[in-house]
Amino acid sequence: MNIMTLLLTVVSTTLVYSAPMIFTSIGGTFSERSGIVNVGLEGIMVMGAFSSVVFNLFTAHIFHGATPWLGLLVGGLVGVLFSLMHAVATINWRTDHIISGTVLNLMAPALGVYLTKLIFAGKGQTDIIQQPLANVTMPGLSNIPVIGPIFFRNTSLVAYFGIFVAIFSWWVLKYTRFGLRLRSVGEHPEAADSVGISVYKYRYMGVMLSGLLGGIGGAIMAESITLNFSVSTIVGQGFMSLAAMIFGKWNPIGAMGAAIFFGFAQSLAIIGKYIPVIANVPNVWFTLAPYLITIIVLVAFIGKSQAPAADGSTFVKSR
Amino acid sequence: MRIKNLRLGNLWISVTSVILGMVVGAIIMILSGFNPIENYISLFTGALGSPNAIGEVLREATPLILTGLGFAVANSAGFFNIGLAGQALAGWLASVSFALAFPHAPGFLLLPGAILAGAVAGALWSGIAGFLRAYFGASEVITTIMLNYIALYATNAVVKGMLAKGDGDYSPTIPVQARLRTPFLEKITQNSTFHWGILIALVAVIVVWWLMKKTTLGFEIRAVGMNEDASRYAGMSTKKTIISAMLISGALAGLGGAMEGLGNFQNIIVNTALPSIGFDGMSVSLLATGSPVGIILAALLFGILKIGGLNISIASTTPPEIVDIVIAAVIFFVGANYVIRYLSVKLRKHPKKQPPVASSSEPQAAVAERAAQAEEEGEDAK
Repeated sequence: MNIMTLLLTVVSTTLVYSAPMIFTSIGGTFSERSGIVNVGLEGIMVMGAFSSVVFNLFTAHIFHGATPWLGLLVGGLVGVLFSLMHAVATINWRTDHIISGTVLNLMAPALGVYLTKLIFAGKGQTDIIQQPLANVTMPGLSNIPVIGPIFFRNTSLVAYFGIFVAIFSWWVLKYTRFGLRLRSVGEHPEAADSVGISVYKYRYMGVMLSGLLGGIGGAIMAESITLNFSVSTIVGQGFMSLAAMIFGKWNPIGAMGAAIFFGFAQSLAIIGKYIPVIANVPNVWFTLAPYLITIIVLVAFIGKSQAPAADGSTFVKSR
Repeated sequence: MRIKNLRLGNLWISVTSVILGMVVGAIIMILSGFNPIENYISLFTGALGSPNAIGEVLREATPLILTGLGFAVANSAGFFNIGLAGQALAGWLASVSFALAFPHAPGFLLLPGAILAGAVAGALWSGIAGFLRAYFGASEVITTIMLNYIALYATNAVVKGMLAKGDGDYSPTIPVQARLRTPFLEKITQNSTFHWGILIALVAVIVVWWLMKKTTLGFEIRAVGMNEDASRYAGMSTKKTIISAMLISGALAGLGGAMEGLGNFQNIIVNTALPSIGFDGMSVSLLATGSPVGIILAALLFGILKIGGLNISIASTTPPEIVDIVIAAVIFFVGANYVIRYLSVKLRKHPKKQPPVASSSEPQAAVAERAAQAEEEGEDAK
């Protein structure tokens, strides 16, 4: 394998594996910036993965090539519905955020497999989808010398879309009225309330955005990597996204960077044996690498992350 | 007004939550065309109908009592230990490795040694997270998640590379004198996998209750959990307390893993996912609202649901996952205990009368809310 192919493989596997986490960790950022801790991202991803695969299997003959993209949308919408459970529990019913998020994580795999067995005559996993999110070569960009082939040939389009969403989300949070208000209810809900901002409304929007993006993240995972739905479709990507969000200090671009970093560490496990210098290292170290590196970087460089001030608290409007 | 604490209810909240959770399960079964009454009957007969089934329920509950206690101790210190599964796995590996390393040692040394090895391994594994939190401020949520996966893949590599014979995916069975399962127990429970671990779990409940309520360390752990700054100001070493709480929590989870290794499986296998006793232990602890005795009851309930759930799919075509949906719904209602309290106060105030128009219900709701809050504050004062 020459250096060019190697780089191309590293970049494209990194992007493929980071795409689900990019979307989900940005979703988590919106929720936590509004003050609602969301450890249920894993469960939201499971529902997104389940619904997108079912949609893909049943409508591939109607929508053909557009199916996986519509599948992302379906996954996102189901994610929104599922996240509403978290929103009602934490915002109106004063449930502890961690308990409610844990409920999402407990509920989603059970519900997903239960429904799968109902739909597919007792089978615990679905068939393989026929219209996956395939890698694409971008016309034009891929012809740029050196950079073109590495970054834009046979690569994950949806990951670039995720990078765009990260930058857009950063802009929304930092510069728009919506973003300012969303952040204000997460930092100091009483102050926001006193100037007439509806804390409940913005927190609902924060949680629903996490449902949308988490559902899309799960759908990407299912439609580009596992290609079917079973109980082992989402195994920890939601938790990794949560870590990416904290790693990125509750900033969409930071979260995206951390997600890409995790994707890179995971891709090492797959392509490590082709890289001459480290080819002889036992495979288990590559499997462990993403988790070990995360702890080391967290301790050595990041230290104590500062969450939004009112994160995890329940706001009760005074009468 | 802002609320930020883990408000857990009391016994009747847990009982109400279990009932409501089962109602949700029943509704889902009706919607998908199954008969809930039939299924619940086969669930309970499957879990309690024979000595074998009861033995299996007790075996299922044993590690859950231990991991549930582990979560409760860390939670008292304000620590969210998602790492129970990894710590249990470390304990499982250590106990089985210890038993395999000394195949000819006498049982009175080997069995306690293997159990202790499990507890120590679990404690060390969670101690890493406690240490990093205390000295570097690293979020325990991230570190315990990462340590879970490190435990999973490292354990698999050790089992495959060092313990397994040939190309197998499991270690040899541990020597007879290190097993918690005995012919006597098999005889009285019709060959179930019931084992002596239940006694270890019950002793752990008493020890944890004593530790948390009667010792200085227990007091400090609870104080740090309520207010870290105030505890430091009062002269407690919060670093030491955080690490101690994490070590105790991990030791309990490690014991839970040792129960799987020495009792249930009697060896260690290559796991495709983290052992479920971790997250189930968390649920048990939440349902028990952290009380040690409640943990025994909650673990038994989980045992009944899980073992009985297997019978559902034998007796009908209902997918057994319905049991996990019920469990999730139960925990949902435990968490939403405020609403249960609120509604109960409201129902007590107005037993029969329905508000005639929407507008007049508003002051009534306000009264009920104040009453609910008064009740909460009354509990806080205790």
